[in-house]
Formats: sequence, C-alpha cells, structure tokens
Amino acid sequence: MNDLRDLYQEVLLDHSKRPRNFGVLEDADHHAVGHNPLCGDKVVVYLRMEGDRIADIRFQGQGCAVSQASASMMTESVKGKTRAEAEALFERFHELLTGTEPETASPELGKLAIFAGVRKYPVRVKCATLAWHTLRAALERKAEMVSTE
Amino acid sequence: MSSAVDPVCSPTPQRPFDVGRVREDFPALHQRVQGKPLIYLDNAATTQKPRPVLEALRRFYEQDCSNVHRGVHTLSQRATEAYERARETVRRFLNARSEEEIIFVRGTTEAINLVAHSFGRARVRAGDEILISAMEHHSNIVPWQILCEETGARLRVAPINDEGELILDEFERLLTARTRLVAITHLSNALGTIPPVREVIQLAHARGIPVLLDGAQAVAHLKVDVQELDCDFYAFSGHKLYGPTGIGVLYGKAEWLEAMPPYQGGGDMISSVTFEKTTYNRLPYKFEAGTPHIAGAIGLGAAIEYVTALGLDAIAAHERDLLIYATEALSGIPGLRLIGTAREKASILSFTLEGIHPHDIGTILDHEGIAIRAGHHCAQPVMERFGVPATARVSFALYNTREEVDALVTALQKVREVFDL
Repeated sequence: MNDLRDLYQEVLLDHSKRPRNFGVLEDADHHAVGHNPLCGDKVVVYLRMEGDRIADIRFQGQGCAVSQASASMMTESVKGKTRAEAEALFERFHELLTGTEPETASPELGKLAIFAGVRKYPVRVKCATLAWHTLRAALERKAEMVSTE
Repeated sequence: MSSAVDPVCSPTPQRPFDVGRVREDFPALHQRVQGKPLIYLDNAATTQKPRPVLEALRRFYEQDCSNVHRGVHTLSQRATEAYERARETVRRFLNARSEEEIIFVRGTTEAINLVAHSFGRARVRAGDEILISAMEHHSNIVPWQILCEETGARLRVAPINDEGELILDEFERLLTARTRLVAITHLSNALGTIPPVREVIQLAHARGIPVLLDGAQAVAHLKVDVQELDCDFYAFSGHKLYGPTGIGVLYGKAEWLEAMPPYQGGGDMISSVTFEKTTYNRLPYKFEAGTPHIAGAIGLGAAIEYVTALGLDAIAAHERDLLIYATEALSGIPGLRLIGTAREKASILSFTLEGIHPHDIGTILDHEGIAIRAGHHCAQPVMERFGVPATARVSFALYNTREEVDALVTALQKVREVFDL
C-alpha cells in the first residue's frame, strides 16, 4: 500500500474530492477545452487576464482523481502569476513527472511536489498534465480543443 | 453413404473442465506483477496464449518458414499446406459450407472494413441506409460512417434499453426499403450483452437485407454456427480467441463474396495480369492480396483446435458460473453500479464505483496484480447512453477462477479504503 500512497496522497484526494476554483468563470476572457481520449477526461480552463497576469482562474471538468486534483492545485498555483511564470512552473512540473533527475522537487513547485508519485505510473502522467496543457492553450488563446494524444 | 466415423469430425472425448490443469497451458499466467500473482481479467482486450499456439508459431518459423501459394520447393509446400489446413480448421469451427468462404484478414476491424469497402462500393448508393445498434464497438461504427460519407448513404442506429439490451421493436421499425445492410455485434464488448441475433437475422432476411455479425467478443465464449445463424458475414479476431495478434477472419456467404469486387489489389489475388486486363483469383484468394500473416493463421488454427478440444460448451459453462458468481460478489460492494445488466450476457462485467474514477480503480487494482480495463472500451456512444465517461471492465476467459474473483472483490474494497470511502 505504501507506494500507492505516494500517488494517492491525502492532499491529492482532498483536492479531487473538493476541487478549488471549480466552475465557470463568468467574466473570463480566455478559455480552452482539454480532452484525454484515452480515458475520457475533460477539463475546461477559464482565465481572466489583467495585462500579462492571471487575475483569476477557474476550471470545470470530470476525470480521475489525479486529473481533478492536478487541475485544482494548478489553479491555486498560477493565480496571480504572469504568463511566463505560469509557463515556467509547467516546465518544472513536467520535469517532476517525467524527468530522469532525482525526484527533488524545485522549491517553487510548493505543494505540487506531491505529484512526484506519478513518476512511477507513466500512463498517468497525461492525467496530471491535462489541465496544464489546457492552461497553456487558454493562455495562447487557442480556440481548438487540445488533446493529450 | 459410408457409415464409418470421420476421424476429423468425430467429437473429441472431453474430460470434465479442469481449470487448474488448463491454467498450466498458459505460461503468461504464472508470473508476478507488482509483487503479486497476476490475475488477468482483461480478456475482452486480448487473451493470453496457450502453449500449443506458441509452439505452432515456433514450429513454423523454425522449420516451415516460407511463402505460400508460389514456391515449388518443399518448405513452401509445407507452409501452404499448414496455412490451408488452418483455413479448414476455421471453416469447421464456424461450420461454413466451404473454405472459399473463409478469408484471412488482420482482425475484426479489417474484416468489417473489407465489407464496408467492397460490399459498400458495389451496393450502397446515396439515400440508402446501413443499420447498426447503439452498443457497437467503434470498429463497427466508423467504417460505416466513412462509407456513408463517401456514398451519401445514412447510418441508422437501433437503440438499447437501460439494461443494455437491443430494443427489437425499434430495430424492426428501422428496417426500411432503403436498408442495404445490418451490422451488429454478437456480444457487446462494453456491456457483455448478447443481442437476439437470430431474430435480427430473421427480421432482416424477411426484407432481403443481409446481416454482418461482429464476432470479436463472441467467438471465444459462444458456439458459432454460421449456417444455423444464417448470417451473411461474420468477423472475428484471432487474438481474442487465444491466438496471435494480427490475424482474423471474415466469413462471407460465397454468393455475396463472388459478387463483391476485390478489397485490395496485389499479388496472390490475381490469376493473370497484363497491362490491359487483370483477371482476379477465385475465392477466397480474391480477397487476400499480398503475403498473408501465414504464421498468424497457423497459430489461429492451433488456438481453435485448443478451444475445440476443451469444448466451447464446457468453456461457456465455466465462464457462466464465473459471471454469475462475480455479478453477485460485486453487487455487494457499496457504491458499485453495474453497467449492462442484460438477461443474455457473457463474460463481461462493466461497472462504476461511486466517487472513484475507473482510471483510479485500474491503477489501484494493478497494484494488487489485477489487470482490468478502465476507459470507454472503444464504445463512446455506449458510455454516453449510460451517462458515464468511462467504466471499469472485468472480462473472463476460460482460465479464470472463483478465487480470482474473490481477490478482485478484496482489492475493490482496498480501492475504497484508499479513497477513504
């Protein structure tokens, strides 16, 4: 059960059951839809930008615990950050999940470090990154649906 | 007529079904996954292979490897004989009238695409209709959609009820003067439903409409007799029947196949070629362009001989016992909802657990050494019909046991514990 708990940590389960910033952002000026055709997960990310800064962010979606918790924790992590800061955070996050370096999470990841457990489950990396890919698409104002495939 | 018993057709004397002994034939079952003994319950995706199949493949590549239908040398003759013997084994397995009606293809998907291309091009016009059901796998939806797009024909879909059963009245209403073909599963991969294919075929034939059965799931679990069913086409894959991947079969009534144009052009499917005119080969070779999957066909033949020796009826009885036992055991798990509760079912249990996504169930069960499928099972319209994005699916084969079902139930309790439910 132990390394299973590395994946399904309390924080992750908490966020998947009680996602933060969940729902439509009424005054959003950017949004994008993300889809993982492998498992049917879907996430919509809404943004309200103030200049280059993410003033507000919400998401909607359905999916596995990993994808829902990742989306929820992402919204908390990037709110108030600039586009470049959010992009840099995604790079770090992606490196944490897929990298070959030792699993020492960089300090700016904060709570997102709990996703290090996903590394042992390569097929679940897409679950954890779906919301982030969708955020990137929303920042780029891509109208089309993004897909993890 | 001679009264002597034909050794080929005489039934093999069958011992009572002994699952413990059968399991010994499958090397892949005897391994540990994540430190636990493997419990393989993803048989609707593909089955493990018994030793006789592995040995047939090895024997072909070690001793008889050569191309078919062309060489005058000994190896080529041996390969051709083994390949054609496999075709005869398939013919007997399906009880087709003739070997001409047995076409080797890559799998069910290619078999259905062959019919959609060849039958479709010859007989389907703008305004015509193809009728399928709401419980089809994508491979029995998309080829028809492509055909409809190309021809201007229309795809009609017969609905299913909340149990996952075909609504026969609605199906009958959708049979019209424009219907050119009915294509329906013989066993739903997402729900486990066995539709009333005999009635379907009778209703269609009463209006002169041919019927294709998608037998991808059915062949490993039900006895199939294409003459008794009177279906016009029957498609299945070797790998879901304990055979190799990359080989499958299209059965078609000779009168249809004769009338259909070739699917692919190339070697082996011709009898003569000039730049002015090519004459196509006779059946079944007209539909087998290029070097076939010779080893695959031989392996499939070995797989069919294996299940035939065990007896499809004995296998079906064993699996029915497992399905009943598992249905009852799973029903006791709080929050578990079975998707697909048809009266006529086989081998498949699709379900959801309240508050836990199937993908998470799959990961946690894998941790217990249990392989199941989580997802939409290439049947997204079925998921939509039941209002779920995905399900967890347990699917049985002849080598599964009640003890494995018990371990599954224990592991599902563990899934709930991980989620603090």
